[in-house]
Amino acid sequence: MRVAVLKGGRSLERQVSLRSGTRVQDALERLGHEVVSVDVGPDLVEQLEAVRPEVAFVALHGRDGEDGTVQELLEAMGIPYTGSGVSACVRAADKVLTKHAMRDREIPTPDFYSFSETAFEALGAAQALPAIEDRLQFPIVVKPASQGSALGIKFARTAADVPQALVAAFSYDRKVLLERHVPGRDLAVSIIDGDRGPEALPIVEAVPQQEDFYDFESRYEIGRTKFVCPAELDDGIASRASEIALDVYGLLGCAGFARVDLMLEADTQGLYVLEADTVPGLTETSLVPQAAEAAGIGFDELIGRIVEVALGRAPAR
Amino acid sequence: MPPRRARSVARDIERYAALFAKRTKVMKSSAMRDLMALTERPEVISLAGGWPDTSTFPPDSYAALMSTVATQSCSRALQYGPTEGFALLKACIVQVMWAEGIEIDPDEVLVTTGGQQVIDLVCKTLLDPGDVVVCEAPTYPGAVPTFCAYEAQVVQVTMDHEGMRVDELEATLDRLESSGRRPKFIYTVPTFHNPAGVTLSLERRRELVRIAGERELLVLEDNPYGLLRYEGSPLPPLRSLDDEFVIYASTFSKILSPGVRLGWAAAPAPVLEKMNIGKQASDLCSSSISQHFVGAYFDSGPWEDYVRSLIEIYRRRRDVMLDALAEHFPREAEWTHPQGGLFIWATLPDYIDTTDLLARALDEHVAFVPGRAAFLDGRGGSSMRLNYSGVGEDQIREGVRRLGEVVREQVALYGTLTGVKTPAAPAKPARPKPPPVTPPPVHDERLANVLRLPRKRA
Repeated sequence: MRVAVLKGGRSLERQVSLRSGTRVQDALERLGHEVVSVDVGPDLVEQLEAVRPEVAFVALHGRDGEDGTVQELLEAMGIPYTGSGVSACVRAADKVLTKHAMRDREIPTPDFYSFSETAFEALGAAQALPAIEDRLQFPIVVKPASQGSALGIKFARTAADVPQALVAAFSYDRKVLLERHVPGRDLAVSIIDGDRGPEALPIVEAVPQQEDFYDFESRYEIGRTKFVCPAELDDGIASRASEIALDVYGLLGCAGFARVDLMLEADTQGLYVLEADTVPGLTETSLVPQAAEAAGIGFDELIGRIVEVALGRAPAR
Repeated sequence: MPPRRARSVARDIERYAALFAKRTKVMKSSAMRDLMALTERPEVISLAGGWPDTSTFPPDSYAALMSTVATQSCSRALQYGPTEGFALLKACIVQVMWAEGIEIDPDEVLVTTGGQQVIDLVCKTLLDPGDVVVCEAPTYPGAVPTFCAYEAQVVQVTMDHEGMRVDELEATLDRLESSGRRPKFIYTVPTFHNPAGVTLSLERRRELVRIAGERELLVLEDNPYGLLRYEGSPLPPLRSLDDEFVIYASTFSKILSPGVRLGWAAAPAPVLEKMNIGKQASDLCSSSISQHFVGAYFDSGPWEDYVRSLIEIYRRRRDVMLDALAEHFPREAEWTHPQGGLFIWATLPDYIDTTDLLARALDEHVAFVPGRAAFLDGRGGSSMRLNYSGVGEDQIREGVRRLGEVVREQVALYGTLTGVKTPAAPAKPARPKPPPVTPPPVHDERLANVLRLPRKRA
């Protein structure tokens, strides 16, 4: 089967995407497919028309790849593709939309407030910051609404840090959110679709080795973060985390595979969903492949299953 | 293609992680590196590189030189060469060093693969894990991964408009000594510093070699830009003030071509000998083809002419960038006024993080090097290195205009967030034209006011 692997692109996560894409290509070749690598750029449509793939494997992270843009294009061209459809991508790529949807459905997510740049410029939102800070309590996490990979995420430890953190977050997006910091353990639940519907894989816990925060650098470099899989959790907590993650997967309408990030609060043992990732990393250090491995699903099998699900699903329209 | 052996992910990580040397843990790769990869997109005006403009070299000359190499020294050019370099190239190096004010014997020279290899070989020769290296703050970003790879403990000494603060250097050395740590060497780019754009004053040069001599410490003087002076009088290289404790590094990269990958070291004989052995282990010898090419180039006419043409081009580009900065950057920003070299160091208000700003700037298709790349201790967060040699004048104007826009946007946003209103437009008058040839005094107050180096983050 001819598979186009879409990777690279112009997002800030280009390098990560290139690494994910290359691994996917290797796996698809081992599975006997005819693989065409596509570094996504202005000639994407042209390339796809020339290649005429039977399925496109979306290994694009961040802007264009994860926000529904490429998915919309593939729908328009009638090419089946891996992972979630347009609407799930649109919802998941915007942390604010995700969090509102979760809150409406009473899925636990840390308290938050979200603002656009306009709210500060035109509506005087800065005046509301003290009240927000009072409600969320320091430290507060400030993050852009749309970035993956922890780019632009800042900790504000005092009120004096907040404006600077907001300026940094607005470097990545026109919309940012201020979120209550949940001190505790960083868990990731990977989900893949199968014959019996979506299935949660063993949970991965990310334990930063140096920094006090699981930041962008440690996320992608071997040795900077220790991953424990399956995470050492009480059965009750592990199954609750998996259930919550599956709820989020269903709520957003994800397909194929996804990863849901949660915090396990140290004091309360409460679980809080931070975000869902519809095109999670597939690099050597990424979490979904680790989780699959722990479930006895090798990388090639994982990639094979993701492609099968894509083929079993007709384009949305 | 035969199918490759199936691999498993988690085991892969474990397996490779166990194989990596301990020092790879400090070989830093970073979000910044991923961001920097985006600066290479064709639509981006990159003020990030340290690239000379090789489009200024006539293709006909290149063809003629290669033809000369082919007809006159084909088999030698295609063969291995001596580790220390061909005599014909060393003769060129002697000429260049003479122009810099250093008299050198060819035997005191080791030809290297770019100036970068000198840094690597000096580290390889002198450093055990945990040894201390002293350098400027900021330091050359390209030296950082080398220091890290050799597991050096790097101590950075603040700079001002006259270069490295030698009083702080002495205090630092005292402090280190009192804790039983003696640095192996001091790394410095005294002339047209990369990235700070400042030059070590004559008085401090003398102080620095005095300190090195008294304490028997080696100094690695990295001098890639010395001949690219646009104003002011040349200052003597450290090596011309002391040949006992100064290891001198330079390169053909900025006066001819970085593509030839040729640099050199001049060092005290015992050090040079060890570096030679280190080089044998690294790459046996530098490219014979390149060495013959450069030799043919020096034979073909006065090599200084091309350098003079570069000086004219880069001086204009520097001026264009300084004017554009004055026009487009907000009054809260400060920057250096380099008398030569390739870089301007700009420092923004400390609430702007230039790594994050780069992400925003890339949206506007313009790039720079975030200041943090020049520090090993997390400082530099609000500074940036701007290069003016690699792109044309129009692109410099447009690049700085776009950059100024995003900076002003962030300044205004911060003002809105904190209730401190700032004017949306830049408030600086255009840069007064400096006299083009007359050297400004070395203690230039204009410089004193612009090199505000970043504070250490809490």
